[in-house]
Amino acid sequence: MKTIRIGCGAGYAGDRIEPAVELAEKGEIRYLVFECLAERTIALALQARRRDPAKGFDELLGKRMAAVLPACRERGIKIITNMGAANPLGALEAVRKTAKQLGIRGLKLAAVTGDDVLDLILRENPIIVETGERVSGLKDRLVSANAYLGAEPLCEALQKGADVVITGRVADPSLFLAPLMFEFGWSRDDWNRLGQGTVVGHLLECAGQVTGGYFADPGLKDVHDLARLGFPIAEVAEDGSAVITKVKGSGGRVTPATCKEQLLYEIHDPSQYITPDVVADFTGVTIEASGGDAVTVRGGRGCPRTDSLKACIGCLDGYIGEGQISYGGAGAVARAKLARDIVLERLEIAGVRYDEIRTELIGVDALHGQNIPRDRGEPYEVRLRVAGRTRTHDEALRIGNEVETLYTNGPAGGGGATKAVREVIAMLSALIPRSLIKTTLHIEEI
Amino acid sequence: MKLRDIAHARAGDKGNTANISVIAFRAEDYPHLVRHVTAERVKAHFSGLVRGVVARYEMPNIEALNFVLQEALGGGVTRSLALDPHGKSLSSAILEMDIPER
Repeated sequence: MKTIRIGCGAGYAGDRIEPAVELAEKGEIRYLVFECLAERTIALALQARRRDPAKGFDELLGKRMAAVLPACRERGIKIITNMGAANPLGALEAVRKTAKQLGIRGLKLAAVTGDDVLDLILRENPIIVETGERVSGLKDRLVSANAYLGAEPLCEALQKGADVVITGRVADPSLFLAPLMFEFGWSRDDWNRLGQGTVVGHLLECAGQVTGGYFADPGLKDVHDLARLGFPIAEVAEDGSAVITKVKGSGGRVTPATCKEQLLYEIHDPSQYITPDVVADFTGVTIEASGGDAVTVRGGRGCPRTDSLKACIGCLDGYIGEGQISYGGAGAVARAKLARDIVLERLEIAGVRYDEIRTELIGVDALHGQNIPRDRGEPYEVRLRVAGRTRTHDEALRIGNEVETLYTNGPAGGGGATKAVREVIAMLSALIPRSLIKTTLHIEEI
Repeated sequence: MKLRDIAHARAGDKGNTANISVIAFRAEDYPHLVRHVTAERVKAHFSGLVRGVVARYEMPNIEALNFVLQEALGGGVTRSLALDPHGKSLSSAILEMDIPER
């Protein structure tokens, strides 16, 4: 019986690099997938590309490719990644350069474009899901718009013999579904298989989160060797059923518990997980231990895909200014509260306008406020944090400055002040008719 | 008894909506979760933190509940002023819930 082994080499843009090398060298995989594109990343990448047309793809692309290309070349492992971000063709060029430096030849590189729908939404002016207003209302705040593409254009690249497939915005599970559709010849309306393939992709897409990362809770849920966490492999059969596992001897663990947590990660209604390829249904999924870091997952189903695709829209939304300072010893909480009151009064005196401000004491109420039951003992040390969203950079800067000046103007013993300002790019979304979105496949042999 | 004694949890984010899975360590405890960890109780547990509706989805196939908390992330990951804009630590907060002994 034919099975396909797919590994996930990264679950976000900044993820560790060595686990992918371990997968390529020891994972006996046929495909290595890197998921590196968070919602906001593509808007930032587009801004980078506007400043420098040669940029706009993932900054770690060169490093990741240099690390895995030799082993992938030697073993015929195909690479699929969304590290193209806002410039898949620029990324293709970068991979070509990296391969040349490594002396690797005879590779077919593919890039998929067409997810950038900025011109399209300016023309079509769709309604923004979150606000109910038309896109035109965003005016010059609009930065980027990218439609979530599905597995089909990636599948086409594989059919044409691509060894490396680079994309921009593609739904995360689709990066994994594409090789399954290609290898097993699943048709694009085989909804149950596409649903189960989406389950597999969803389990893999955050890499270490299914092999023991984001899971350990000492004494309750122990995980060994997280510093050498192994990234996941799915061994998938023609019917879509899969064994989730990892390289023998690597850190972490694969158990029904790690798989269950990841199955529901970022899921809303588990009977309707909408991707560009299928509306997947997780309610029939079964998860069973198969011994020694191996878990069998089957039973995902699906319904016909939707007629529209979701586009994520990036728009400028002012600035966030932040400052922090610490207090310790007896009375630390009282001094931090005094410091907070001083900063708020200073901002008022200075006439700093903000849309929203938040003050909190790290160590007391920063994460969950005062509402979750807890022991009320006073901590030895606390850290005041003040963060506010403003329209202008100057006003954002002022927030951090007013925390910093507590050094010489505030309560006793304030230390370790830090301040920061960042531009906010808010993410919105709109639905676009599928028929309006055209993708293009670019192939280059080196 | 704390929820933490019989279940584990993971939190995820999508825009301004958080989801938290609550999974029974042992299959036989799942009905206890269904009975006592209701959407209403979760909403009350997170009062002051979650402004919107809390929905619950049952997943008996994996002995898990999935809670979807609207308006829970301070306006959404990209514009939130929160220290933990993704709400990743909400999983630990839900496990602090008091539930009746089995």
